[in-house]
Amino acid sequence: MNLNPLFAAAASPTTPATDWIILGLFLFFVATTVVGAVIAVNTVRIIRSVCGLAIACLGLAGLFYFLHSPFLALMEVLIYIGAVCVTIIFGVMLAEPDEPAPEKMRRPYPVIAPIFASLIALGLFGGLTYVLLHHQWTAPTASLNDGSVAAIGTSLLSTYSLAFELISLVLLVAILGALVIARGGRTKE
Amino acid sequence: MTLAHLYEQPDAYLVVAALLLALGIFGLMRRRTLIGMLISGELIFASAGLNFVALSRFVSPDPAAGQIAVLFLMGIAAAEVAIALSIIIAVYRNYRSIVSKELSELKG
Repeated sequence: MNLNPLFAAAASPTTPATDWIILGLFLFFVATTVVGAVIAVNTVRIIRSVCGLAIACLGLAGLFYFLHSPFLALMEVLIYIGAVCVTIIFGVMLAEPDEPAPEKMRRPYPVIAPIFASLIALGLFGGLTYVLLHHQWTAPTASLNDGSVAAIGTSLLSTYSLAFELISLVLLVAILGALVIARGGRTKE
Repeated sequence: MTLAHLYEQPDAYLVVAALLLALGIFGLMRRRTLIGMLISGELIFASAGLNFVALSRFVSPDPAAGQIAVLFLMGIAAAEVAIALSIIIAVYRNYRSIVSKELSELKG
């Protein structure tokens, strides 16, 4: 099963137009990720923020596809958009999560705090970008496997089988814990 | 490498991951409700996942290891969202609010 038709085309470059189309797709997915993340952190209504997270995850799935891992792209859409965002929307329905109006908050330093947060975020981004652009990434000389879905399944059930079992235990405990925590205090009202 | 092969370089993916991390940290500081902070935390998870896959694709000799790490990370993120949302709902029952500034008592 060939899940990578795009890279079958990319491996044998026929015309320069193909390259530019693939580059355009890549830039589209990068823009989707970044715009979705900006929406997720900058809107007032929390439901728009959840939609921004879903958009960012869709772009991220495209980037995973470009990184030769189509299985992860499918899982990203399935788990993040299908499970995480829907669960957060359930939380939005059960609580009143909208950001309060700024004048109600009586913030002592209404101007300094956003500038401070932006400076920290910009400094983090600038520093990380500086470090990674000045590092020479070396490609590996040999490869253990081809990173296909079959290779993932083989290592998941051989090398990583203990972690695979433990993650299911973690999920079970998390579900039970979530039930216990959300149920407590329900009869008080 | 030329611009046309931007998607074949690790730098492009790592810069996007750094941007996601910075936006997540920014949202974690600026958001005033617990669900907003949870969404910002999800962005940080996504940034870590993109880093894993990009480095395992371009630098590591085992391309499957990074994908498996991201699969585990998605499982952890799903568990974290379930726990965090149940805590948020419990907090909302006690305080009638999930604005982080108003949650200032230890004993409800």
